Amino acid sequence: MMEITLQHYMILSVVLFAIGLIGVMRRKNLLMLFFATEILLNAVNIAFAAIGSYYGDMTGQMFAFFIIAIAASEVAVGLGLLVLWYKRTGKIDLDAMTSMRG
Amino acid sequence: MELYLYTALFAPIVGSLFAALFGMSKKNIIAGLVPSALLFVSWLASLKLLIYILGGGEAIHVELMTWMATGDLYVPYGFIVDQVSVTMMMVVTTVSTVVHVYSIGYMDHDKGFNRFFAWLSAFVFSMMVLVMSDNFLGLFIGWEGVGVCSWGLIGFWYHKEVATWAANEAFIMNRIADLAMLIGIFLVYWNTGSIQYEQAFAAMPGLDTAVLTSMGIFLFIGAMGKSAQFPLHTWLADAMEGPTPVSALIHAATMVTAGVYLVVRANPLYDLIPDVGLFIASLGAFVAMFAATMALVNRDMKRIIAYSTLSQLGYMFVAAGLGAYWVALFHLMAHAFFKALLFLGAGNVMHAMHDELDPFKMGDLKASMKWTWIFMTLASVALAGIYPLAGFFSKDLILEVSFVEHHYILYTVLLLTAGLTAFYSFRLVALIFHGDDRHSENGVHPHEAYNFMLYAMLPLAILAVVAGMIFKTPYFEMVTQVLPAIEYHIHNHTTFWIMTIGTQVFVIAAIAYAYKKYAKAVKVDKKVESGLLYQLLYNQYFIPQFYEEYFTKTYRELSAMMWKLDMKVVDATVDGVANIFYNTGKATHTMQNGNLSTMLRWMVIGTVVLLALAAAFTFGQSESVVKLLSGLGAI
Repeated sequence: MMEITLQHYMILSVVLFAIGLIGVMRRKNLLMLFFATEILLNAVNIAFAAIGSYYGDMTGQMFAFFIIAIAASEVAVGLGLLVLWYKRTGKIDLDAMTSMRG
Repeated sequence: MELYLYTALFAPIVGSLFAALFGMSKKNIIAGLVPSALLFVSWLASLKLLIYILGGGEAIHVELMTWMATGDLYVPYGFIVDQVSVTMMMVVTTVSTVVHVYSIGYMDHDKGFNRFFAWLSAFVFSMMVLVMSDNFLGLFIGWEGVGVCSWGLIGFWYHKEVATWAANEAFIMNRIADLAMLIGIFLVYWNTGSIQYEQAFAAMPGLDTAVLTSMGIFLFIGAMGKSAQFPLHTWLADAMEGPTPVSALIHAATMVTAGVYLVVRANPLYDLIPDVGLFIASLGAFVAMFAATMALVNRDMKRIIAYSTLSQLGYMFVAAGLGAYWVALFHLMAHAFFKALLFLGAGNVMHAMHDELDPFKMGDLKASMKWTWIFMTLASVALAGIYPLAGFFSKDLILEVSFVEHHYILYTVLLLTAGLTAFYSFRLVALIFHGDDRHSENGVHPHEAYNFMLYAMLPLAILAVVAGMIFKTPYFEMVTQVLPAIEYHIHNHTTFWIMTIGTQVFVIAAIAYAYKKYAKAVKVDKKVESGLLYQLLYNQYFIPQFYEEYFTKTYRELSAMMWKLDMKVVDATVDGVANIFYNTGKATHTMQNGNLSTMLRWMVIGTVVLLALAAAFTFGQSESVVKLLSGLGAI
């Protein structure tokens, strides 16, 4: 049986990060954008936890917890705004939100 | 005594500022009266100082406050009243008081009445700073101040193109000379370590002659500009575009003599370099003759008097150049009185003739303008140097100086010039006041000036008569306490009498010839007038045309070229920089379309670029990469 090494974790992390990045760039639905952001953050979390474990250093895992906490609060605020926006306009399409047009 | 000094110095500027308050408003007689009264106060203060100095008082030296103190350079606002400056102060305040009072009448109907007095008093203040300063830099400030005021007053009627042109010409010509003067002042400071007269002159005997010579030459070039010596003389005749009182005060009596004052003031310097002195004297004699010949044929009353001023300045420089500083200063004083009188008389005539300047269109004015006739005749007699008027004592003294100093060529030139002076002065008087009536046909009915203007001229007339006779001895005793006391006597009595009487006869003959030729009906001799010599003189030796052709035109073409360069290179560069930003903004503003997706994409691109940069930087730092790159010759 193949041993799971740090490299595997890193590859998983990079793959997830790439998926998240593409999601951030391509998705037009605000909810999907939040998902993509979560994938991005969790890709980083995997890398932190794996590297922390690899070096036997707790700092990486500590950082992963912090990120989870911040991601949770971000989603809480973000979803709140999203709901409000939906109630106002009836859609959550990014292309419709152009009030910041320069 | 310090109080008198400050009063004499600052009263004119108070008057100027007061008149300036009314600058934009309608004519207000107060704006003329107050400056005149303040100048009279200044005159009284100067008189008090003169009496004090005459009574054997010490020179008054005050430092108002520190002006510059940087490193070794210390320049205070220092003023000195000694025998030389008090003479100048008396001349300046006397003539300017008279001219102020006269101007109240002369400028009576002028729109710029208030502005005129503001400029005129400001001029007097600058002139006082010039003569009273105890250092070269203060003198320079006054020097520039009179230049500015002269500009403002020549171009006083600024709606006349020719007046503004003349004003600019005067200013620019003086700029050229002032640069040399400034270099001279730098040289003085550089080599003596001080620009206070006292210290600088004390240090000069220890210096190299070559250094002293360059100092003397540069300072003299400055003097040449202000005193309109050849080749910077053309501005003086053109400056006659200004109002006549201005010509009397600035371009005859005071400002143009500042150059002579500078040479007199710097006498310890010029005593050390007699070669430069000889050059000054030679140039002076040349200008005396040169200007007098131009005055012979000119047909503009004021220009004739201006050339006469130029010629007399030449005389002063002869005296100053030969080391007879007190004689130069004495002639300066005497000349100020009779020349100002002559100009003011010309002003009266101009008013009577409705600004006609050609004496060939006047004639027979002595009946209607008796007092002006008397004044101008007196002034002309004084100018010609007939005993016992002022000119005899001052001008003939310069002839004696050149004779005693064995400069016979200068003597001959000056003697001939004296004859020319007498001729053109009385040509003018004869044309204006005698002969047949040539003005009535032009519909002009002459009238005498206001009485108070004539009364204002009276002191000058008296001074023109007595200044030489009465003042010479006390003046000599006073001023030679600071200037070299050389008495110029021709020891051989026979020679002396032959010379004196000979000069007088020569001058009187010239006057008689002028009367004979012009006091009757004027015949225009076409043959003479079309002659080469006449044309040469009438066109001022073609020097203005020469300057126009070779300096002005060249400069204008150069400027046109430079303008193109400016537009195509300098402006284009500046505009280009601005355009780059403008166009970049224009091209990239679509980025800001407010769409979150687009923004996020740009953010990702930015992150990638930053990461790439960070990676490149890290690789660049690592030694193996540096080695590789340096092997390729990249770093």
